[in-house]
Amino acid sequence: MLNLILRRIAVAIPTLLILTIVTFYLMHAAPGGPFTSEKPLPPQVLANIEAKYGLNDPLWKQMVNYIGGIVTEFDFGPSFKYKDRTVNDIIAQGLPVTLVYGTLSFIFAVVLGVSLGVIAAVNQNSRFDYLAVGFTMFAQVLPNFVMGPILILIFTLWLGWLPGGGWNGGHWQNVIMPVIALGTSYMASIARLTRSSMLEILRSNFIRTARAKGIPERTIIWRHALKPAMLPVISYLAPVFVFMITGSFIIDMVFSTGGLGYFFINSAYNRDYAVMMGITLLLGSLTIFFNMIVDIIYGWIDPQIRY
Amino acid sequence: MTLLSVENLSVEFATNDGMVQAVDGINFSLDKGQSLAIVGESGSGKSQTVFSLMGLLADNGRASGRAVLDGQDILNLPSAKLNKIRAERMAMIFQDPMTSLNPYMRVSDQMAEVLVHHRGMSKRDAIARSIALLDAVRIPEAAKRVHMFPHEFSGGMRQRVMIAMALLCEPDLLIADEPTTALDVTVQEQIMELLASLQKDMNMAMILITHDLGVVAGSCQDMLVLYGGQVMEQGPTTDLFANPSHPYTRGLLQAIPRLDQDMDALHAIPGSPPNMMNMPQGCPFSPRCNYVTDKCHTHRPKIDRDASGRLRACHVAQGDLT
Repeated sequence: MLNLILRRIAVAIPTLLILTIVTFYLMHAAPGGPFTSEKPLPPQVLANIEAKYGLNDPLWKQMVNYIGGIVTEFDFGPSFKYKDRTVNDIIAQGLPVTLVYGTLSFIFAVVLGVSLGVIAAVNQNSRFDYLAVGFTMFAQVLPNFVMGPILILIFTLWLGWLPGGGWNGGHWQNVIMPVIALGTSYMASIARLTRSSMLEILRSNFIRTARAKGIPERTIIWRHALKPAMLPVISYLAPVFVFMITGSFIIDMVFSTGGLGYFFINSAYNRDYAVMMGITLLLGSLTIFFNMIVDIIYGWIDPQIRY
Repeated sequence: MTLLSVENLSVEFATNDGMVQAVDGINFSLDKGQSLAIVGESGSGKSQTVFSLMGLLADNGRASGRAVLDGQDILNLPSAKLNKIRAERMAMIFQDPMTSLNPYMRVSDQMAEVLVHHRGMSKRDAIARSIALLDAVRIPEAAKRVHMFPHEFSGGMRQRVMIAMALLCEPDLLIADEPTTALDVTVQEQIMELLASLQKDMNMAMILITHDLGVVAGSCQDMLVLYGGQVMEQGPTTDLFANPSHPYTRGLLQAIPRLDQDMDALHAIPGSPPNMMNMPQGCPFSPRCNYVTDKCHTHRPKIDRDASGRLRACHVAQGDLT
């Protein structure tokens, strides 16, 4: 176990380095810059500003300075767009929001998706199964930029039960619609994945053995089938969880929640290099971390895997 | 005393291409402590016969007829009632010990749950009893190995675990579905010897499914030869071996390689088993039979009992088989 963790950290460092270099070059390859605007600044002023932010240095030097700042001071640089705010400030503002609705969305998707998938598989070809398959297919293809406005239409405009947007410090009334809008299509994917995986396990020889032992079907499903059926689902969950807690631009736009997703996409529009880099690195590190968690869970479920 | 009596057992599967008859009207009975072999090629309906007894048919399968175990018809019982009989009265071991044990659970948990559920034992007592049975199937260091996972056992050892697990509740009937097919030849014999001695010690009845006639000769009093889901010949093993009265049984016996005779080539029955979707109209064996007559292609032979008490289904008289 410790071995696995140490090995993953050793691999993570070069991975993140490559991620940094590639993103850095791609970002600068895009035309324009943070201070390009419709009304061009006088060349002298632009040169002064770029000098202040170090943008007139050669690219490799900018990158070395950037990485140096992270390694020595955990400083991801200043934002080019939001004056007087650092990338650390922006992440500190946006991440708690997306962390809340992302985690809740994840729990919503996993609990509902897995239950739906298991019940459908156990009652294969029943009316519930057909209903579940139909519903998940529909939910899976419904994009969240359609889902969001529909929810607002129903719960804000028609019923008047929930506020149509804003974060309000994470009040439940503000959280509920972003959670559903973000989680529904993942919930459907998880349900379908669980169902097909469960069906396969239920047809396996060791389940037949368990039935021959005269153990109630409920026990067979809980004790014998659920763990192995979750293996493919769990590997799908790691990137989903990272994606959810770092937020969705669409959710942040539709519900004005002001999460990290909003800052991420805007940083790309604004060529806010430092913010874009900072969030990319955050995504990368989280992805590596949660993939490691998945590997640990795999080892716990399947005794044939030893690290 | 009769333990199990099977009457007119048929198994059908509903498929997209219509009904498929996997087992067609077979009869047999089994006394306490007695053993019966069901032999036949792959696809002859051997496994489906016993799956129907255990209630393990696939969802699209349906069994009809009667199977009376100690006065109770166990065919098509609801699973709640079946679960009182499984493991307690009849237990089963399967063909492939590699996949028939749960790879994600320790052997101790897989064995103990049987006793905890059926006997209400504590987990601790159940594991102690499991160790005793692993000892009985001659697994070395059972007390230590009981806590291991199936992949830490060899194929033969896994089959021993399967056997120990089936015997936990001392069932009256043990069904062994090709228990040695997936094992090395050297291990096959050990497993068969083990099964035979346990059967005797525990006074169990046994149904042994196999296509290895060598195994049958040593361990079963009675034998039932299935082909295309139908009984070809049925009777005491020694009689059938000494004097096979059905062309198919003869073919099977000739196919056994023998070391004491000079043979240029292995004998095989020409052709392959019938497609269940498209069974021959008459005798299912007619397309491959050396003694075939016109009647065989059009009429199914009735099962007749001869003077010695043996059953056979063949249009050709016994004396005409040479």
